[in-house]
Amino acid sequence: MDFGDSDTLRAGPRDTDLLLPHGARGVKVVIVGGFGVGKTTMVGAVSEIPPLTTEERMTQAGVGIDHNPGASGKSTTTVAMDFGRISINQELILYLFGTPGQERFWFLWNGIFEGALGAVVLVDTRRIEVCFEVITRLEDRRVPFVVAVNTFPEAPQYPLDELRTALALSDSVPLVTCDARDRASCRDALLSLMVYLCTLAVQETV
Amino acid sequence: MTSDNPHPPDGSRPWDEGTPVPLYVITGGEDSSAKTFDLVTLIATRSQPEPSMQPEQAAILSMCEYPLSVAEVSAYLSLPFSVVTVLLSQLVDDERVEAIAPVPVAAFPDRGLLEAVIHGLRRL
Repeated sequence: MDFGDSDTLRAGPRDTDLLLPHGARGVKVVIVGGFGVGKTTMVGAVSEIPPLTTEERMTQAGVGIDHNPGASGKSTTTVAMDFGRISINQELILYLFGTPGQERFWFLWNGIFEGALGAVVLVDTRRIEVCFEVITRLEDRRVPFVVAVNTFPEAPQYPLDELRTALALSDSVPLVTCDARDRASCRDALLSLMVYLCTLAVQETV
Repeated sequence: MTSDNPHPPDGSRPWDEGTPVPLYVITGGEDSSAKTFDLVTLIATRSQPEPSMQPEQAAILSMCEYPLSVAEVSAYLSLPFSVVTVLLSQLVDDERVEAIAPVPVAAFPDRGLLEAVIHGLRRL
């Protein structure tokens, strides 16, 4: 961002950005995955604004859980999270946050899953092991989630039932493929999460 | 304030690296963490910025003429979330902005809410 040398901070949405109606309320969905799995691409594919980045700084208190070998003597670490939004209607704005899978990140953004509708776990079949921990943690925190396999052209293709077994995923959790660059494909992955949440809600009331 | 010695007497180094202004200066030294803010709490301006205001707070009032989430405010100001929430608590206390809490989501979200989201997504 360009601060220039003016005394006045001029920052904010672009003139072309959709303005949110007064009285609207926010709700969030979290997209979780390893580095380079396509979280920001997915956010950008469906967002009505170009993806933005919010950050948080981790100070001494959080350093103990991160070896951080390349940055000896550094007492703060900045972690960034890309996000976008979709205006659902005049009253409801859906925000999508792309969240790294590492423990230290979740420690810092304590509360990222609080009040979230649910999560989409984005998987790269070349680095499937990244997801094990993510899935375990989501289950521990009782965050409902679906798993979306990002179909990178160069990544090996496996049948979904093999992937389900490899991920030790329960039969009830939706597993879909998606192209993170494609708007309709990402929309469908989000829809599969919403439909899944509806089925959970029904089970709860039975 | 001027001094013959540019270095503080305690031998520590002057501010010459990293963020030009220490973040505790931007927040006015307030350290009460604003736990009531979520990333998607929407902020809407209720009064015009005044020339005497801190630039960051004036910028918030300008950009939130139409509502923006705390995450967006943080992104546009390039300030960490926790710093923005401190700035926002002061603005809420002074009744200069309104903070609209996110839709409450129970362990199992409300069916009407989910159907609204599904309907909205299908129009994408």
